[in-house]
Amino acid sequence: MKTDVGKVDGKENGTQTRKAIKRGIILRTNAIFMVPFILLWGLYVLTHGSSGPGGGFQAGVVLAAGVILYAVVFGLDRAKRDFPIKVMLLIASIGVSIYAWVGLFALFFGGNYLEYGALPIGHEPAESSELGIEMVEIGIGLTVMAIMLSIFYDFAHGRD
Amino acid sequence: MILAVDILLLAVAILLAVKAIQTKDLIESIILFSGYSFILAVIWFELNSVDVSFTEAAVGAGVSTILLVAVVSLTLRHEEEETKSPIRSYLAILACIVFFAILAVGVPDMPKIGDPNAPHHQHVVPRYIEKSYEETGVENIVTAILANYRGYDTLGEVTVIFTAGISVILLIRRVWE
Repeated sequence: MKTDVGKVDGKENGTQTRKAIKRGIILRTNAIFMVPFILLWGLYVLTHGSSGPGGGFQAGVVLAAGVILYAVVFGLDRAKRDFPIKVMLLIASIGVSIYAWVGLFALFFGGNYLEYGALPIGHEPAESSELGIEMVEIGIGLTVMAIMLSIFYDFAHGRD
Repeated sequence: MILAVDILLLAVAILLAVKAIQTKDLIESIILFSGYSFILAVIWFELNSVDVSFTEAAVGAGVSTILLVAVVSLTLRHEEEETKSPIRSYLAILACIVFFAILAVGVPDMPKIGDPNAPHHQHVVPRYIEKSYEETGVENIVTAILANYRGYDTLGEVTVIFTAGISVILLIRRVWE
């Protein structure tokens, strides 16, 4: 496959090199295989933060990294079509709200703020606490993923 | 904990850090820092702190690298040459030596890694290790501390990330929209 990397030089090579990357067949073929597995790995980390290493924050970053790889290889426009900016902002707000509302619900059911043991979702406080922690982790993951993507979209705008 | 591997890792980390500061090409510097972060992640793993290692690999070596590359695409790629007076660099070297000496005096007094009698293992750590599973129901003590015992701090962190995203939108997206 012919690319025009060799032709460009000087200060203006930024955009043209990126176009060449977009056309690179090795990168594209690799990304087709890698992106689904990165996203799956992110979801695994998100749901297994309570029993293994990782948690919401790491999961959010891994998910964002998967989408960023998609954006870098297939172009920003396509990534923005599949993962729109406005939806990302909504997801970020929802993530923070999940965390804050889980805390507030604990208050309604007679506990302290963020005392997951007081939530009426398990048979005993430890079980409620585990479920509460998992909900909170999902909130963290959503916010981190959405904000990382939003920042990436803003910085990479118009440089596709 | 193999000593030779530790020495090798630390040497590579220092080498990468020094090269990253020296180079005038910002993209090169960012990629060197990415490698530095990855080496640090391996060192954290060697110290048995898997969660920290995971965070370092994902954030330091992964996402922050690509965000910095995106930032450099908004500005110039090469740093400008500046003429520094030699006195300033000598002062910087002197400051580094003094600071290193102070640290070197303190290091022998530090407790050994994993020493159960170390002061920081006497305060709240026994409580977390003994009680965290029955109190919070999660196996990973780090998650139990972050999400339950220190839930307020984590809520604050998420809010900080959210605020950072909103700030970037206000500062940059307003320009191009």
